[in-house]
Amino acid sequence: MNIIFDNLDLWGLALWNTLVLFIGGAVIAVFLGTVLGVMRVSSVPAARAIGTAYVNLVRNTPLTLVFFIFVFGYPSLGLPRLDYTALAITAIGLYAATYVTEVLRSGFNTIPVGQAEAARALGMTFGQVMGHVVLPQAFRSVVPPLISALIAILKMTTIAAGFSVLELGAVRANLSERGENALGVLLWVALVFVLLVAIMSLAQRSLEKKWKIIR
Amino acid sequence: MSNVFSDLPGPKAVARNRFLAIVAVVVVLGVLGFIAYRLAVTGQFSEQKWRVFSYPQVWEQIGAATLRTLSAFGLGAVFSLGIGFGLALGRMSDNPWISRCFAFITEVLRAIPVLVLMMIMYYGLPVVGQTWVTPFTAVVTAVSVYSGAVLAEVFRTGVDAVPRGQSEAAYAIGFRKTAVMRLVLLPQAIRAMLPVIVAQMVVVLKDTALGFVITYQELLYLGKLVGSSASYSSPIIPAALVVGSIYICLCLLLAGVAKYLEVRLKSNPKSKDVKPSADLASGLPALAIK
Repeated sequence: MNIIFDNLDLWGLALWNTLVLFIGGAVIAVFLGTVLGVMRVSSVPAARAIGTAYVNLVRNTPLTLVFFIFVFGYPSLGLPRLDYTALAITAIGLYAATYVTEVLRSGFNTIPVGQAEAARALGMTFGQVMGHVVLPQAFRSVVPPLISALIAILKMTTIAAGFSVLELGAVRANLSERGENALGVLLWVALVFVLLVAIMSLAQRSLEKKWKIIR
Repeated sequence: MSNVFSDLPGPKAVARNRFLAIVAVVVVLGVLGFIAYRLAVTGQFSEQKWRVFSYPQVWEQIGAATLRTLSAFGLGAVFSLGIGFGLALGRMSDNPWISRCFAFITEVLRAIPVLVLMMIMYYGLPVVGQTWVTPFTAVVTAVSVYSGAVLAEVFRTGVDAVPRGQSEAAYAIGFRKTAVMRLVLLPQAIRAMLPVIVAQMVVVLKDTALGFVITYQELLYLGKLVGSSASYSSPIIPAALVVGSIYICLCLLLAGVAKYLEVRLKSNPKSKDVKPSADLASGLPALAIK
């Protein structure tokens, strides 16, 4: 316990930065992921091709490499300076967007075509088909896997430790300088992640149960 | 393409789609062009930035680093399959306590970020006197423990997806539990899950890159080393391009195998009984906790 209470300042800062990376990354990921997801199911072949190419390229790249390019490569491009946290958020956001895209795409695909066809046959307009039939169901089947993607984003934030951002993954290096036991620190870090992930997956499970659609 | 969102486009929609296609292509080309322009302006394509890659010794080092990445991947892949299998068997035990215990272990291992596992191995264990840990062992252990936990869930889902009637029939003709598992359930489950398992191998390969952070001398580490050598005017972007393309090619190769297996599986009549749930087929558990 002393490892925590003697160094409350560092832990607070680290937890705060982890949350900043998580929320920043998640916002970019959800926004870009939605754009790409819509592109992947759109009826414009060029847009579909771009979406597919992006997802295939990024998903076959290690996140560490994306960090590497942003943190070491970006500054030598002579563009406006960004601090490490901003670069890390961009890297996480661009990378995690592919997760969101895939979640959305498989969510859209769970709705049987027959339902939309039936709605059309009843004379509903495109807006009504979307608003009354497709989106309510798509939303329900998308949110639980979306939480999985968020959990993945939370775990991604640790990689920023290797790229000069003080977050939970990096407290070990800082506390070692203060002479703390590295194993103890790391076990606490692991515990924090287990707790955060447990909270998120509990939320996920209850939503899943509540919104399950029996087909 | 027929989905919920669109039916066959009429003349107006065709014109609109064409316009949207042009906009999308222009935007993408604009972004790529801007990046290429900035790279060119800051002299990233200049001869002295690339000179370091004209030495055979550098390529020998790149080859050696690729081998180190691949050896961590190879061992990680084998161990993660073994660990995943063990955890899945424990999880499917008939004894509720053993089953719950293994479920708990699996969940906890999946919740800890791989990098934190690596750090526990590399920085944590020496504190309690285990000084034998090298970056290599740390990378392999962390990667295989994490992916093992993910694969355990994949195996279990695969076994669950085999229709109940099959195991009931096997019990009815007098098979024991081991035989039911070994002869009836597992062959079908593994066949059905093979694409997902190979997709998880891509994750193993990608996760070995985390070794960079704990000074395992894999490809990225070498990229940083070469990229920051001041005598060659710090070619960090050329190094990132070279090292990055090797990583991406390796991953694409593996992902191609997964895709090939998936296509072959779909056309195989033997696999028709076992239908994993939709999100498993899309590879979601391979990338996140479910």
